[in-house]
Amino acid sequence: MQPLTTEQIRAVIARGKAKDAIFQAVGILCLAIGLLVIFLLVGDMVIRGAARLNLDFFTQFASRRAAQAGILSAWVGSLLVMLVTACAAVPLGVAAGLYLEEYAKRNLVTEIIEINITNLAAVPSIVYGLLALGIFVYAFGFGQSILTAGLTLALLILPIVIVATREAIRAIPGMIREGSMAVGATRWQTCRYHIIPYAMPGILTGVIIGLARAIGETAPIITIGALTFIAFLPPLPFTETTEGSAGLFEWLMSPFTVMPIQIFNWTSRPDPAFEVNAAAAGFVLMAMVLTMNGLAIWLRYRMRKNIKW
Amino acid sequence: MQIHDKPALKAEARSFNFFYGEVQALKNINMPIYDKKVTALIGPSGCGKSTYLRSFNRMHDLYPGNRYEGEIRFHPDNTNLLSPEVDPIEVRMRVGMVFQKPNPFPKTIYENVAYGLRVRGERNKRVLDDKVEHALKGAAIWGEVKDRLQDLAPNLSGGQQQRLCIARALATDPELLLFDEPTSALDPIATGAIEELVHELKKRVTILIVTHNMQQAARVSDYTAYMYLGEMIEFGKTDEIFIKPQDKRTEDYITGRHG
Repeated sequence: MQPLTTEQIRAVIARGKAKDAIFQAVGILCLAIGLLVIFLLVGDMVIRGAARLNLDFFTQFASRRAAQAGILSAWVGSLLVMLVTACAAVPLGVAAGLYLEEYAKRNLVTEIIEINITNLAAVPSIVYGLLALGIFVYAFGFGQSILTAGLTLALLILPIVIVATREAIRAIPGMIREGSMAVGATRWQTCRYHIIPYAMPGILTGVIIGLARAIGETAPIITIGALTFIAFLPPLPFTETTEGSAGLFEWLMSPFTVMPIQIFNWTSRPDPAFEVNAAAAGFVLMAMVLTMNGLAIWLRYRMRKNIKW
Repeated sequence: MQIHDKPALKAEARSFNFFYGEVQALKNINMPIYDKKVTALIGPSGCGKSTYLRSFNRMHDLYPGNRYEGEIRFHPDNTNLLSPEVDPIEVRMRVGMVFQKPNPFPKTIYENVAYGLRVRGERNKRVLDDKVEHALKGAAIWGEVKDRLQDLAPNLSGGQQQRLCIARALATDPELLLFDEPTSALDPIATGAIEELVHELKKRVTILIVTHNMQQAARVSDYTAYMYLGEMIEFGKTDEIFIKPQDKRTEDYITGRHG
């Protein structure tokens, strides 16, 4: 083959660059479609719900009159349920992930466990609701409480936490592990001083992303029987209630509602005025999720700055 | 070599075989390691010198499917380092290691050196401070880091990181120190500093060093072992190995006809 002339080389480059440009345009278009849909959704909720987006909306209980109904019990319920979820899912998920990565021998049993964890992530959330109804509500007698809801959602996000933990641990170079073992550390010392701290940014990111998913879950919460209309807050520790002084953990057993259920409830009302409430609450829920994701990104950035090899 | 100038034994491999699963990586190795001397392991890539080195602190126990046969006797107590009854952690408490690539922990300089002591349960701040300083001095890096012990170790240069890793190993007073190609990731100046340090360290600790660089072996070691395809071809005083190798294969390697 003859060597190419300068003109020919330029022609080849021009053809290649034309394809570059075409793909760039297509990529931007695809991105724009995705973003546009999200912005339209959020914008639509803001515009429709704008009338109700004020402080009162956050400090008032649900009401039969749309203009006076607020989301107090819903956002408090959501936060408390998330607290229980995090407290249950983090230790379980981190311990399980750590065990699988650092302790478990590679054999058929661990293979099967691993495949099952991946499968658990794909189980429809309503199935968790059914499971929780049988186990937490009836068998354990936790009733339709914050505790039940928190534990149910903890089960739901457990696979996410386990997978995030394992991935964060796998990203730690083997030479760090060897460096620790070489001075005579046990496996647990290596985990405690190195593996867990270095994996923490990844674990936290996974936990928050899991919580952001859990906070929007509706189906399992309905299944376990969360109330759709509730005009009181769970008792604060050590306050007086109608049944005497509340203990430290009394709120765990309290009936509750959460944001998505409040929204669902309002959208199913015949009075169109409630749709404004639903839109406003939808925007608040969206803001909560975005805040959590933002927090995850910030935490990861902050903590990773000091971890490098 | 005359018998009477033979130094004391620190360790001794006897009929040592090693297997990665079904694959035999080391074949019938017999070799003395002399006390307070530097012994270099040389040989082409894949000859098993790192595998051999990593047997001395039972690093292979971290991964499944590895198997030792034979003995590595450790003196003065004549413990067989490879015995299943000997806990690998006990072995690693006595035998320190410096790796090919500097691997400081993403913690402060101080914590890197103090780690081995913490693992041994030392909590006394004064003892920790003293030992950290002593170890950093021993690794010839104290002057460079004494004003920034709370800085993160990975921010140090490569050569400093490697000396820090040496300090980390020294902090717990090992009896034997393993170096696995410690300068292969370093520039010539940092390499020179490490070599000088190895020379200094043999006053207090026995050293076994794997190196790809024959000049380095010639410069730093008292004894040299040439390994090839998992076998110990020749062992002897470094001058003798380099000037008058007994085995044709050793001669080919050190004169550059192989590897």
